[in-house]
Amino acid sequence: MAKRLGLRAVALGYLLVILLAPLVMIFYRTFENGLKPVWDALSDPNTVHAFKITLIATAIAVPVNTVFGVLCALAIVRRRFRGKGLLNAFIDLPLALSPVVVGLALFLLYGRTGWFGTWFADHGIQVLFALPAIVLATIFVSVPFVAREVIPTLRELGNEQEQAAATLGATRWQRFWRITLPSIRWAVIYGVVLTTARCLGEYGAVAVVSGRVEGQTETATLRVEDYTLNFNTSGAYAVSVVLAATAVLVLVLMTLIKPREAV
Amino acid sequence: MEASAARAPHVRPREAARAGGRASTAISVGIISTFLTVVVVLPIAALVWESHKSGADAFWQAVSNPLAVSALKLTFGAAFIVVLINIVFGTVTAWVLVRDDFPGRSIVNAVIDLPFALPTIVAGLTLLALYGPRSPIGIDVAYTRTAIVLALCFVTLPFVVRTVQPVLLELDTEMEEAARSLGARQTTVFRRIVLPNLLPGILSGAVLALARALGEIGSLVLIAGNIPGHTQVVSVYVLNQIESGDPSGAAAVAVVLLGASFVLLLAVGALRFFVTRYERG
Repeated sequence: MAKRLGLRAVALGYLLVILLAPLVMIFYRTFENGLKPVWDALSDPNTVHAFKITLIATAIAVPVNTVFGVLCALAIVRRRFRGKGLLNAFIDLPLALSPVVVGLALFLLYGRTGWFGTWFADHGIQVLFALPAIVLATIFVSVPFVAREVIPTLRELGNEQEQAAATLGATRWQRFWRITLPSIRWAVIYGVVLTTARCLGEYGAVAVVSGRVEGQTETATLRVEDYTLNFNTSGAYAVSVVLAATAVLVLVLMTLIKPREAV
Repeated sequence: MEASAARAPHVRPREAARAGGRASTAISVGIISTFLTVVVVLPIAALVWESHKSGADAFWQAVSNPLAVSALKLTFGAAFIVVLINIVFGTVTAWVLVRDDFPGRSIVNAVIDLPFALPTIVAGLTLLALYGPRSPIGIDVAYTRTAIVLALCFVTLPFVVRTVQPVLLELDTEMEEAARSLGARQTTVFRRIVLPNLLPGILSGAVLALARALGEIGSLVLIAGNIPGHTQVVSVYVLNQIESGDPSGAAAVAVVLLGASFVLLLAVGALRFFVTRYERG
């Protein structure tokens, strides 16, 4: 019994020191001088714009990666083709790769002398240091989440029900919409929540490709850094607290969805 | 083909699965690989090409730059320390969450995922608020290597917990009870029965945490101080090289990180293969 209590104390103590205390601290520091500095920072036009850029990038990246993730999971679980291992490796790559490396890769591809950069420059389309590069970086870093959640669920589901439907004359689309999708829907939603969290919080890749122009290409996370480096701590805390509140919401959603995910 | 599958009820599942036909497989695999090529593979190819276009000498020169070497050493060193911390505390936390029972356990379980949900830059700022110059508890580790380890512990916390937890849930306590009834001491039970079962899970989590720690930047920019040669991790070094107009030098060091990522992904794949070999039969 003593041993059990000891282990419990070790685990909870570690979580308190590493996770909980810092989180509580940021909420405390944000509101210690009242609501006015928070409101001032959040109503700053450049801050509003930064949140807008983050939301636009997220609103594009999440649906794109949801469709891709479901397609990918279906192909990996249900179909047989050569190069499946390679496909698996490239889907997981964004999980294991530094976001700065992702940013640099996009920087080189779409830069002035890059393979694609020259073509876009000739056609007068600004990719790097503009919204398109921010969106591309956000899509890159959040590629794996939906696929990784849906693959195990699809594996466990098996395909007996779909075969039954096929023998009864259901078309491919009918089988997908009526059987497969309803069975994997919680896994998809869980993946969407993770993808959204990753998109909202992206820093490293966006730091490289966005150009960080205040009020133009700055995202919410870059805004936090900008405020901190300019010694506007209350501004940094205000933006952070909004992002942290989103993270807490994400955790709540994850907790609600997880038990439903099992087939 | 679908019709023939329908007429043959004794058809084997694998053949039935293929009844969809090769054409649709080709289309779906085509769409996926085109998307992945444009979004992931081509940028990576551009990176590798850039790092090698000036020849192997230039590559080595960029990688063996003293500041690059010290950044790489610091990053790998800190990442290994953090992985060891994670192996111990992650396993203990998973054990407590599965085998122990106390009020608020489900809340603690949910909080584990916080580092996945919280933007890394916010994580860095929160750590700075508690363990920085204005620390209310008088601990100031800002702009030191300790701060780097602390921040990396934060962002990698869920990995080992989340890979060990499901294994512990599946693990039958009967084996342990049998060992105990035959007179094995608690430490023997742990060492001979629990640990060998958990090991693949622990290792998978450790490898994922290592990959994450090697590439981390967001949580470090505000708290590490980024002093070149002292507290500048490799991701920050790469970012600095880009901003000071040396993308080729940045690309060379980035390719080292890319190589490490591929090796670690292979390790995770191998572990997964090892873990599922019984299920696959």
